[in-house]
Parts: sequence; C-alpha cells; structure tokens
Amino acid sequence: MSASSATAHAHDVHAGHHELGFVRTYIFSTDHKMIARQFLFMGLFMMVLGGLLALIVRWQLAWPETAVPGLGGILKETGGILEPSTYNMAFTMHATIMIFFVIMPILAGAFGNFCIPLMIGARDMAFPFLNMLSFWVTFSAGLIMLSGFFVEGGHAAAGWTSYAPLSAVPSYTGVNWGQNIWCISLFIMGVGSMMGSINYITTIINMRAPGMRLFRMPLVIWSLFITAILLLLALPVLTSGVAMLLFDRTLGTSWFRPSGGGEPLLWQHLFWYFGHPEVYILILPAMGIASEILPVFCRKPIFGYHAMAFSMIGIAFLSWIVYGHHMFVSGMSPALGMAFTVTTMIIAVPSAIKTFNWLGTMWGARIQFTVPMLNALAFVSMFVIGGLSGIFMASTPVDIYIQDTYFIVAHIHYVVFGGSIFGAFAAIYYWFPKMFGRMTNTALGHLHFWPTFVFFNLTFFPMHIIGVGGQMRRIYNPMQYEFLQHQQHWNVIITYSALALGVSQIPFVINFFWSLFAGKKAPLNPWNANTLEWTAPSPPPHLNWGATLPTVYRGPYEYSSPESRDDFLPQSTPPVGAAGARRH
Amino acid sequence: MTTVTVERPRRANGHVPPPPPPTGGGDGPDREPGPRRPLLDNVRLAMLFLICGEVMFFGGLISAFLVLRVTAAQWPPPLQPRLPVGVTGVNTLVLLASSVAIAAASPALVQRDPGTLVRRLLLAGGLGAAFLLVQGYEWIRLVGYGLTVGSGAYGTTFYTVIGTHAAHVVAAVVWVGVTAWLAACGRFVDGQTGALRACAIYWHFVVALWPILYVAVYLV
Repeated sequence: MSASSATAHAHDVHAGHHELGFVRTYIFSTDHKMIARQFLFMGLFMMVLGGLLALIVRWQLAWPETAVPGLGGILKETGGILEPSTYNMAFTMHATIMIFFVIMPILAGAFGNFCIPLMIGARDMAFPFLNMLSFWVTFSAGLIMLSGFFVEGGHAAAGWTSYAPLSAVPSYTGVNWGQNIWCISLFIMGVGSMMGSINYITTIINMRAPGMRLFRMPLVIWSLFITAILLLLALPVLTSGVAMLLFDRTLGTSWFRPSGGGEPLLWQHLFWYFGHPEVYILILPAMGIASEILPVFCRKPIFGYHAMAFSMIGIAFLSWIVYGHHMFVSGMSPALGMAFTVTTMIIAVPSAIKTFNWLGTMWGARIQFTVPMLNALAFVSMFVIGGLSGIFMASTPVDIYIQDTYFIVAHIHYVVFGGSIFGAFAAIYYWFPKMFGRMTNTALGHLHFWPTFVFFNLTFFPMHIIGVGGQMRRIYNPMQYEFLQHQQHWNVIITYSALALGVSQIPFVINFFWSLFAGKKAPLNPWNANTLEWTAPSPPPHLNWGATLPTVYRGPYEYSSPESRDDFLPQSTPPVGAAGARRH
Repeated sequence: MTTVTVERPRRANGHVPPPPPPTGGGDGPDREPGPRRPLLDNVRLAMLFLICGEVMFFGGLISAFLVLRVTAAQWPPPLQPRLPVGVTGVNTLVLLASSVAIAAASPALVQRDPGTLVRRLLLAGGLGAAFLLVQGYEWIRLVGYGLTVGSGAYGTTFYTVIGTHAAHVVAAVVWVGVTAWLAACGRFVDGQTGALRACAIYWHFVVALWPILYVAVYLV
C-alpha cells in the first residue's frame, strides 16, 4: 500500500470523527494551507517592519543628522536624530528581517506550503505535524529576533553579513546582547527551515498523484523543490558559523578573534558559502512563480519546459562554486579571483536561458494584463536589470572598484525587490482566490502595482549612479566626504521615491484585508489555468479533494492546445476516448 | 491515445484551433496512469535528507577546525594538555557497540518480542549515556589541567566540535528513551514503525560521525 493512500485512509477515518476546535484549526493547525497562511501573514507583517527600517536609513542619508519623524519618542537623548550606532542597527536589521523573515517565509514558507500538495495532487505534506512545528519554530525565531530591539545596547549592528571581528568582539560595536540574539534567532530559524525543507523534498518525491511524473510538474514546484534542496544543504553552514560566532562572543572561544588564534576571514568563507546558495534560494521560487503565471496569461505553453527545469538544476549546482565573488576585496589571490569570475559568468547563463524562455513564452501571445501578470512582467524585467549589474560585479577588476558601494546596493534591490518581492506580489494576487476563496479588487491591484513599479525604479536605479560615483555602503553621512557632496541631490531624490514607494503599499494592504472579508466569491478556476490546484474548491477543504485524488494525463502548460476546444486543457482532464472521458 | 474529431469548432474567444500534430501530441506514451510505488518510504527519505543537512552542519564545523589547525604555526600548540586518546578510544568502542545494540532492536521484534525490543533500545541508550559520562569526566579533567574554551584555537576547536557531537548524542539518547517508552506502551504494534526506524537511523548517524571526529581531532 503506497504511503499516500495509507495516509489518505487514515485521514478519511480521522476527518469523519470530530471537528477540531479553534486552536487546532487556526493556531496549531497541521493543514498545509493554514500553515501557508500563517507564514504569509508573518512575512507580510515583518515586511512592514523591514520597510520602516529602510525608510529610517534613507532619511538619514538624504538629510544627515536631522530628526527622523516619529523617532523622537524612541531616541529621546538626541531628539530623534540617529546616532551612527543606531544607523548601523537600522541597515543591519532591515536586511536581516527582509531576507530571513520576509522573503523566505513568504516565498518558501507560504507558497511552498500552499502550492506543493495542491499542485502535485497530494492531500497534505508528508509530515503534517513537522510542518506545523516548522512554522512555530520560525515564528519563535522571529519573536526572538524582534526582542533584540529592546535589549540594552540595541540590536545587532554589524551588517546582515556580520563580519568578524566587528561582530565577534562586543566592545567593537558596543552591542552586547543584541548581536547574541541575532545569532540565536538565526540558529533557530535555520532549524525551522531544515524541517520545512525535509518535508517539501519528501512530499515532492513520494507523494505525487498518479500520472504526475517529475517532468509534468509545474515549474513552480520544480523551483520549490530545488530551493528546498539548497536550503537543506546551505543553511546548516550558516547555522554552524552563527554558533561559532555566538561562542566567540559569549564563551570566549577564538574561532574568529585573532587575539586567541582565530581567523576573521574564516567567517567570510563560512557565511558566503551559505550566502551564495541563499540568494538563489531567494530568487528561484520567484522564477518558478513567473514561469507559472506567464503561460496562463499568455494562453501559451511555457517556452522550453525542460530547459527551464534543467537550468534551475544547473543554477543550484553552480551556486556552490561562485561564493568567492563576494570576497574579491578580501585580499585573495588574483588567480583565485579569476576562477570565481569565470564560474560567476557561467552561472549567468542558466538565468539568461530562463529569461529568454520567458520572452519566448510571451512572443506572439495575446497577453491578458491582469494584476498577477503585471507583477510577473515586472519580475522578468527588473530581474534582467539586476542580473545585468551582476555581470559587472562578476569581474574581479570591476568589483574591486564597485564593491561595498551603492552599485551593489542597487543590484541587491533589483534582484530581491524587483525579483523576489514582485514575484511574491504576483503569487499573492494569483493564488489569493484559491487561498482565501475571494477575488482581489482589480482597481486596487493596479493602484498598488503602477506606483510601486515607478517608485521602485526611481528609488533604486539612481543607486547605480551614485555607487559608481563613489558613495560607499553603510556609511552614516555622505556629506562628510567632499567627493560625494556633488551627488547628494540623488540621495534626496532616492529618499523621496522610497517614501512614495512605502506609501504605494497602502492600496495593497487595503486590498488584501478588504478582499479577505468582502471580496467577490472566487469560482473554481478564475484564471482558466491547467494546474491541479484549480480543480479543488476555493478555498480547498481539509484533505484538498473529495474521495478521489486527481489523475494526471499531461503536462501543465497545454494552453491553446489543438486537443482542446477551450484555450486551456487541465492536467487532470481525461483524454478523449480514455475511460471516464467527457465529450469535448 | 486517441486524437480529437476532425471538426474543429471555434473557441470561446473566436479562434479556430490549429490542427493536431500527426503524432497526436502529448508528452509520451500514455497508458492509464496508476499509483506509484516510491523507492524509499517517507520516513527513510526524510531521515536521509536530515542526515544530509547534519553532514553540512558538521562539515562547516570540521572545515573551520581544519582551517584553524592548518594555518596554526604548531599543532598541538605548545604548553597545552594532551588529549586522552586511549580512554576516548575505548569510549569509541562503547559507542560503536551501542549501534550494534540498536541494530538488533529491529522493527521485526515489535510483533514477536516487544520486551526484547525495549531492552535492546535501553541498552543502546545506556551505552550512549555511558559514552557521554566518560566524555564528561575527561572534559572535567582537561579543564582541571588548564584546557578551557578560552585556550586559544586548540581549546576552541576541541570543545566546540566535540561538544556539538556530544549535544547530538544527548538528543539521540533522549530520542531513544522516548522510543523505548513508546515501544513499551505498545505504540508500534499496528505496523506504524516509522518512528522506531527514524530513531535508529539517527542513532547510526551520530555513532558513525564519531570515528571521523575522533581521528581528526584526537589522533591526527
């Protein structure tokens, strides 16, 4: 008896028994869809916090040493003016929160949990209890991370990359427990992520519906599968590094402290050996989401399905041998720099293949410019820009000039905001009807998208310019350098755009909550899409489908297929002439 | 796999679909798909991946240890206490014996002789606990001789690497204790031996990791 039907049998017996109370349904739920919603709400809440921290950083850069509105009550001694130590905390925590508690929970946590069982035709994850634990462990890590703001000395302030010895010796930053809490929180988050990864990988390998071969899986599932493998293998290295850092700070060990025989560069190696696969963890789910949404609203199959899957596999393999490009200025041998330049250039190729395939999907299509599609198109275009700036940085001599300038900051934000966040928005608008049983408001969706897109570019594109002009990263006051004063007006423009970008998110919040309660009830398949989740009710009940799981007869991208009278052909529709077929 | 009828009516958007390709389309021969039998069941697969993650974790620790060791001017650094190679060698055999014990506590015993199953699990846990007690005693002696976590790279690497392994042994002992209790309560009789197999796999991993650490830290 296969594992899935045994579980199904057990679940059917269970479901018939009793109704679960409020706590087991909404708080300690083992249903992957509820856990997905929990991850989504956590990620969106943390995004507000991370965004506010960014605005604090931007205020200081545009109008150095002036009072930040709203902070007068918190920064009493200075009347709201940021001190350099507080500024360091702001950019450190902005990045830490956005990367570990926004993008990963939303893309991998929320959409991984929601999409995987539904799109492969399983009733739930392989280990529902472990799934629940993975959310609550991540949530606890988030609470612990937030607690760091309230300790004496403030929160971590050594950058999200937390280089030693700045991070390893408390007296260097003046931060004591904040940095320790940062280490502990990331350790726990790593454990939670590993739990989730094991669940995803096992579910995808073992619990696909009959007929759902690996190369009939939707590309978003491929991307989540590969992301889970990267998470499983990369996060433990961060976990080990963070434990060593914590021991250096609290127990007096000397992993990274030169005074005891430690090696500061060791931290950089450990961190970036994790850090590079991490950035692919951040972008791969968004690539999968775009690969899912583009065919639906072009009414055409994805161009080059196998190439898309293999290029993601290639990116995953190559991501382990490029990490040195984050360390070009660390004093490494130029020959080694050359090697990393070559591997980094090579890893651009699979991403380029994917980009051309997205373009190929759109070629000749009658595009439906729905809100999810707009966000997916923004993903493709902004990711291209971010990827192109990456090519510059791949070259050692260029990177020696632009490393730790705002050129890097521009690249980062084009790929994680322009890429991952637009991908997250696309996914939210696309799967909201299935997740919550309601349609979102289209007008509010446009009111969110267009200002976000415009102000995103106005905020981050000029950073390329000021970066090449010499503005360093993580500095407190650009005006103290004479050679930067002539481009200070860019900082002001960027800050105004960033503030507008923040305000542009308000229609999204309104749309989200209004639609939750008062949106139009969603039909089964509002987008006329092919994948299996659209055959379950909106929202799907516990165990997703009724008595029988769907059977899969074809791939997920049969749009405008000659075999169908409609311009789509769902994966689970039996072919003409097969047993149980409908007449077309 | 049949093709569509010759007549091609217009779609809802007014377009006429193109004719089907001569091969009939599709992505391969289409027998009526049946349920699949996975190569490895969920529990074994999940434990395999857990071990992969743990290997990466210890890989981070071991490679950091090797970096500090290889770049040190002299190893062991001068004026440090020597590590108890002999005692720990015997302790290694104790830990390996515990692996034999837990291998003997096979799921087949669940139906035939649950009492023996529980006893063998407890034996494995006991041997693991003995390993920990001996390690702990040796550590106390080392601290007495002046090797602490603050003793430069030597103390740092020793206590962190060996200590992390010890923490995993503690977790494994607790897990085996819980499993033995569940077995005694009769939780595995209905064939749901997944938790028992998972515990055994984890135990084998923790034991198999130790000789590698022993050779790298104590011997070489």
